[in-house]
Order: sequence, then structure tokens, then C-alpha cells
Amino acid sequence: MDVLINLSYLLASAMFIIALKRLQSPRTARSGNALGAVGMLLGIIVTLLHRDVVRYEWILLGIVLGSLIGAVMALWVRMTAMPQMVALLNGFGGAASALVAIAEMERLALHHGIAAAPGVLVGTILSSVVIGAVTFTGSVIAFGKLQELISGRPLILPFHHGWNALQAAAIVVLSVLIVLQQQTWSESLLLQLFGVVTAISALLGILLVLPIGGADMPVVISFLNSLSGLAAASTGFVLHNYLLIIAGTLVGASGFILTNIMCVAMNRSLLNVLFGGFGAEVASGVATDRVVRSTTAEDAAVILGYARSVVIVPGYGMAVAQAQHAVKKLATLLQQRGVDVKFAIHPVAGRMPGHMNVLLAEADVPYDLLYEMERINPEFEHTDVALVVGANDVVNPAARKDPTSPLYGMPILDVDRARTVIVLKRSMNPGFAGVENELFYQPNTYMLFGDARQSLEAISEALKSV
Amino acid sequence: MTELLFALFIFTLAAFVGFEVITKVPPTLHTPLMSGSNAISGITIIGSLLITGRVESPLLTVLGVAAVTCAMINVVGGFLVTDRMLRMFRPQQREGRDGRAH
Repeated sequence: MDVLINLSYLLASAMFIIALKRLQSPRTARSGNALGAVGMLLGIIVTLLHRDVVRYEWILLGIVLGSLIGAVMALWVRMTAMPQMVALLNGFGGAASALVAIAEMERLALHHGIAAAPGVLVGTILSSVVIGAVTFTGSVIAFGKLQELISGRPLILPFHHGWNALQAAAIVVLSVLIVLQQQTWSESLLLQLFGVVTAISALLGILLVLPIGGADMPVVISFLNSLSGLAAASTGFVLHNYLLIIAGTLVGASGFILTNIMCVAMNRSLLNVLFGGFGAEVASGVATDRVVRSTTAEDAAVILGYARSVVIVPGYGMAVAQAQHAVKKLATLLQQRGVDVKFAIHPVAGRMPGHMNVLLAEADVPYDLLYEMERINPEFEHTDVALVVGANDVVNPAARKDPTSPLYGMPILDVDRARTVIVLKRSMNPGFAGVENELFYQPNTYMLFGDARQSLEAISEALKSV
Repeated sequence: MTELLFALFIFTLAAFVGFEVITKVPPTLHTPLMSGSNAISGITIIGSLLITGRVESPLLTVLGVAAVTCAMINVVGGFLVTDRMLRMFRPQQREGRDGRAH
């Protein structure tokens, strides 16, 4: 039986790798995801045949409960709320790993005593509970920020980074002490210290994410994604289960790569994102008493209707206004007039990697009309109109021109090089980075203020009579 | 100790495979990649099942059921929401409604 179980785990590992490989193309991705689900089902079923599993009623309860909650969340969540959803899922993954680690520690105490356990095992259990707890509470805070239950602005306590460093040090010192003194200290003291390590880890997760602003969420979610994978892998180290190690590590690598891509797209290091408290300081740079040129939906419709080429640049504002369908409608109207319409997607537009792509896919925009930054930037010079829908920092030319700007060096979409720029924006408030945007004051820029969806619908309406 | 070493071998190799496979995922699929890989990290369900399936102590049963529930939310929620997203991705129809050429 053990051989059968382990062979099935091997098969499931292979299925997970193939599943991720099939995500390399939108054509094969859906079947890849299904293959991953089959691999998971296989893993679950053969585990139920394990000789240690002797009763099923509690298992059934957990499976039914979890499946119901998961299915309800997955089927009812709005596409614009996907960042929150992923944050929450990361959190549940972390929580599961932490719970398993706590249970394994409890089992050591229950059976042969912690003193009899190998130090390596106690050490892996400790690292598993630390990663799991940080992932759990960090994800819950990220969820709260994205759902706007807590302020999206960076919240920084006095000596914030000092506290974090102190907690991290306490976790390391206590963990080392537990492993070193596991044979000399009493069982109850060891368990209490284990509880303290767990509690500090949970607090650390909260304090790590609290000071991070909304615009940095793509990095944070990717990082927590990576941690949730590593949490599963560390559980694998505890249980000597290679399927857990392989699956967890794949996810850890995936989250790590995404974190890296997001950091590069913001020209910042992970440490700077985690400890920078970006956007907490009030806007620097240029004075704000200059005037912008505002326009009406009718005028915007004329400019767009007579253009040969239009590049639409969506940002988080499109998600907030639920404007993806209105964007698609306008794009279709323009295409019917013979206008060449493309979409330009900045890697950190929105609140998570690929956020804009999912929203536009929901609105039925074909994915081959979506262009990545490197591919679209050379085209802006030959573009008649760049239509910016609720994007701000990712189109701020200060990133290219102004060495004093906090955004300086960040790769941006060069919309300022288009012949005309139309910006749909709710108000003149600065973006999440709290930085003034030069683009709005350019002579070729027209601002159309208001809710992005209403503005787009008004333009579409006006376009019919152009 | 040998077991730990062996596990580290697996970990390292899996990390290389992960890097190799994931770097080729196009940015347009990064959100489904996250939610889908997230579902895979729900593999902790296996550890949770082993704890809940044993008869050891009431505390362990409670921990186990909580772990199974969390892991199952992760698995079911992750795979379903990924499927929901991937269903929406479609390429341009070459002879589309507007018959436009590039």
C-alpha cells in the first residue's frame, strides 16, 4: 500500500509540473489547471487509504466545510476583487501549514516526548509554524487593505522597523533555544515557548504588511504567494513528504518570480517595498497651482473618432469604477470606424500581477490586443491618441525625466509621446505614490474628470453622432 | 539527517524546475498563475488529513479539522476561480465581427 501511495504522490507531482507548464499559453492553460486539480484529487484519495487514517467523519466535516466555503468564494467573487481573493487564499494556505505544524508539535509531546525527538524535526516544525503564521496574518492584513476594511495608506507605528527587527530576532533566538534545550527544559516550558514563537510570528505578519501602501500590493501579494508555497514545502520537510516539498517549492518559485517581476517594474527592491513605507511622506516635487486642460466627453469622442490609432492604458481606476465593459464597448465602436485599437498593460497596473488582463478578458477583449510595456512603448510615437483610464504613476513621465521624483527610474508606459493624450480621472488627487503627475500638465493632454465608467459611456454615446 | 539531505535535494531540484517552467508564463496569465499555483499550495491538505484521520487527542482533532477546512478552501477556491478566469481568455477571431486586419 505504501508503494502505491508513494507512486501516486510521484504521479501527482508530475501532474502539477505539467499543469504549470500548460499555463505558458492561454490555449492550454485551462486544461492545465484541470490537470492540477486532478493531481490534487489523486493526492487526497490515496492519502485517505494511508494506514494511519482510521476514521473519516471529522475528515468529511472539514472537506465538506472547506469545499463549500471555497466554492462559494470562487463562484461569487467579482473579477475586480481578484486581488483580495488571492490574498485570502494565500492566508488559508498559510493557516493550514501553521495548524499542521502546531499539531505535529503536540503529537511529539503526546507520544515520546519532545526530548526524544530529533532536533532537526523540532527545527523544521518551528520553521514551518513561523512561515505559516506570517503568511496567514500577513495575508489577512493584505486582504483587509484591498477590501478597504483597513486604510490602504501605509500605517507606520513609532519605531516600526525596530519592532519588526526585534520580533524577527526573538523568533530566531527562541527557536534556537528550543532546539538546543529540548532535552533539558521541561515539556510544558518547551510547549509554552513554542506558543510564544507562534504568537510573535503572527504579530510579525501583521506588522510587516500594515506599513505597505496600496500601490505596492502587487509585490506584497506575490511575496505572500511565494511564502504560502514555502509554508507547504516546510510542512513537507516536517512530514518527510516529497509531494508537499515539490508542490510547495513550485509555488514558492512562482511567487518569487512574480515578486521579482513586480519589483523590477517598480524599480525597487523587495526590501525597499517591505521596509520603505512608500507613499507615507507627503507629495514631493512640483507645485500644484498650475492649470490642466479639461475636456468634455463630446470633444474626446471627436478626437478619438478621427484618430487612426488609439492605445488604451488601463489602471487601477478602471477596476475601481468597474469600467472594463465600458472600455470594451468604446474599443469596439472605434474598431468599427476603422481605428486601430490596442491596449497597453503595465506590469504593476492594478493591485496584482495580471489584474488588468483578467478584467479585460472578462469584458471579452481578445488577449492578443493586449501589449506588454516593452512591445508597446516604441509605438507611442506613432500613436494618435493615448487614452489613459484610471492609471497614474505608471504613466508619469517624471519617472524618466526628474531625478528628484520618488518614481525616478521606474519603467513607465511612454504615453506622453503620443500625439494626443486623454486622461480619464476621478479628480486631481495624486496617485497612490502621492506624486504629482507631469503628464496632466502637458500641452497635448486633455483631462476628462469623473467616474471612469460614466465618462467612457458618455464618449461611446457621443461617438455615435461624430 | 540523511532524510533531511534527501529532502533538500528534492527541494533544490523542484526550485529549478519551478523557475524554468514559470519564467515562460506570459504576463497576461499572471493572475491565473497566482491563483492556480495557490491552489497547488493547498497540498498541505495531505498533512491535515493524516492528523485528522488518527485518533490521538481531542485537541489534535480540532487542529486537524481546522487545517483540513483551511486547506480545502485553498484547493477548491483556487482551482475553481482559476478556471473561471481562464474560461474568459480568448484570442482575436481572425474573421471577427469587424473583419479588421492588422
